[in-house]
Amino acid sequence: MKKILIIGATSSIAEQCARIWAERGYSFYLVARNEERVKTIAADLRIRGATQVAIHCADLNDLELHDSILNKANSALNGLDLALIAHGILSNQKKCEQSVKETLDGIKTNALSTISLLTLISNRFESQRSGLIAVLSSVAGDRGRASNYVYGSAKAMINAFTSGLRQRLCKSNVDVVTIKLGFVDSPMTTSFKKGLLWVKPYTAAKKIIVAVDARKSEVYVPAFWFVIMILIKAVPSAVFKKRVF
Amino acid sequence: MTFDTTISGWGGYPKQETNLLIPPSYSALQLEIQKNQSLISRGMGRSYGDSANASVVLQTNCFDHFIKFDTKEGLLTAEAGITLREILKVIVPQGWFLPVTPGTSFVTLGGAIASDVHGKNHHLSGTFGQYVKFLKVLLGTGDIVTASPSENKDLFRATCGGMGLTGVIVTATIQLIPIKSSFIYQKTIRTNCIETTMEELENNSNANYSVAWIDCLAKGKGLGRSLIMLGQHANNGGLDLNLKDPIVVPIYTPAVLLNSVTATMFNSVYWKNSKDYNIKKLPLMSYFYPLDLIGGWNKLYGKAGFIQYQFVLPKIDGISNMRKILTEIAKSGHGSFLAVIKHLGQANENLLSFPTEGYTLSLDFKMTTSIIKVLHKLDDTVADMGGRVYLSKDAVMREITFKSTYPKWQQFESIRKKYGAIGKFSSAQSKRLGLR
Repeated sequence: MKKILIIGATSSIAEQCARIWAERGYSFYLVARNEERVKTIAADLRIRGATQVAIHCADLNDLELHDSILNKANSALNGLDLALIAHGILSNQKKCEQSVKETLDGIKTNALSTISLLTLISNRFESQRSGLIAVLSSVAGDRGRASNYVYGSAKAMINAFTSGLRQRLCKSNVDVVTIKLGFVDSPMTTSFKKGLLWVKPYTAAKKIIVAVDARKSEVYVPAFWFVIMILIKAVPSAVFKKRVF
Repeated sequence: MTFDTTISGWGGYPKQETNLLIPPSYSALQLEIQKNQSLISRGMGRSYGDSANASVVLQTNCFDHFIKFDTKEGLLTAEAGITLREILKVIVPQGWFLPVTPGTSFVTLGGAIASDVHGKNHHLSGTFGQYVKFLKVLLGTGDIVTASPSENKDLFRATCGGMGLTGVIVTATIQLIPIKSSFIYQKTIRTNCIETTMEELENNSNANYSVAWIDCLAKGKGLGRSLIMLGQHANNGGLDLNLKDPIVVPIYTPAVLLNSVTATMFNSVYWKNSKDYNIKKLPLMSYFYPLDLIGGWNKLYGKAGFIQYQFVLPKIDGISNMRKILTEIAKSGHGSFLAVIKHLGQANENLLSFPTEGYTLSLDFKMTTSIIKVLHKLDDTVADMGGRVYLSKDAVMREITFKSTYPKWQQFESIRKKYGAIGKFSSAQSKRLGLR
């Protein structure tokens, strides 16, 4: 019986993952900002087969709260096997360019709060010598682009951080799965024009579950982004700077 | 206004440029209703025609949560954007089933109510709306109100079968039926003309489920030859749903592959190869939703799409009238792969609900420039015979035909007026049919 902590439980990708886990009868501790929505999700997961669902509302930008959230999760479920970190915002690049505050806020939510949680969770899992941490990251972290480098650089930090963490925790039987998402057609991206490269949250979730089940290290979701990013990373900077990719 | 995407119903005709909104919360939904002059809600886009086409469309994807499931009484409450497929995943293993189901599980709960869908058990069980205990409807005024057969009854009668034109259905409570097994006993009877088809359907009206696959390209003596498929819930075999992911049709296939020659061949071979009085035990998913195994089967009709045409004829003179219409269709030479015929039970009180007592035929026409004329002529024939066409499949009906065959439309309009829906909720279809 798996016990799962989900940070950012109202994210549509996290929710779709939770539904698949609920069908397997797992237990959940859901952390999110919006109380009404997380309550709706909790009721839904119970009906879909979850053994137990507890919720906690918090603004994760308040880093001081992180340790107590983990304590509560741990005692509510009587231990934890898996943590999915899915919270985040899509920074408004244009606003960020004009405002230091906007930029740093984006980095705080997408990188610093995640790193705080990763540090605390990994120490717990390391001492219990078991567990899996899955982090939703993005292909945007592979190379900064003019259109979203604030978001991208926060994700780059997550990618490097989890890479190191994975190495450190390997000997303690703890796995860290970095999920580099491509374009997902979710409420976070409503204003985007959708094309062939886009997938639905449910499709992304199914692939994430496969990666988590296999305890993979780093995965691109969907997999074709692996090839796309190899090509994008191969472009020399002198050329890259002149092109809008 | 700039449009961000092109949408169409399941038939692929007509297409419309639209602003597709996906509000993530009720408050966002309310805001969009306030902000936009006129819009329509849309679930899975499985209505065939243009009933969920508009220049502003509210996609209900994010409202797909279960709210409450009383496993003792079989009462289920969920948000309207949830699909019947998701519902089946939860209810079947617990020994419950949908009281009425359409031929695909990829429709939303809200869509099933707005179309007041019927299934293979209409002759005994009526429509989906008859099992709705409560609805919550978000009105054009921004208020969310409850509607049921006793509370705001007028709104309830207009919303079930109301094609989304009264407001946005946000949640619904439905009564499920108990089952002992996730299997269906299917009996197939082969008939060789329209008269015996109708007779067998009538003789077997005590079967839970009945429908006839009809070879509507056979002419002369064989006109109306069919395979009647009767179904009964089995009592054993377990309650596993065994849900399979569909095999997806990746691209639009050239439409020429589906023509009257291939359709005639398919129909003929299928009919001849089926055994008479054959009894099989089938998983529920294969009995009710055979086409769900092929994701995007609509693409087989090519980019131009197709029109599914379904009408009902009154029982009186029903058989001879059906013969006339089948003759007309066979003569027109427009092939149809899938044609099904079924007898319907009594009509309900819902104002725009399609089923009335008699016989219904449903068939596909590949979209061509000449087809609209053929369908208008068929519309007239059907109307003259006292029948009418199903709004969830319609893409071409004229206002005059609608208003003469759905006589309660005025009452429908006055209820819409009372609840602030006029002008606020409208689709390409409602405009074509002359609803305000």
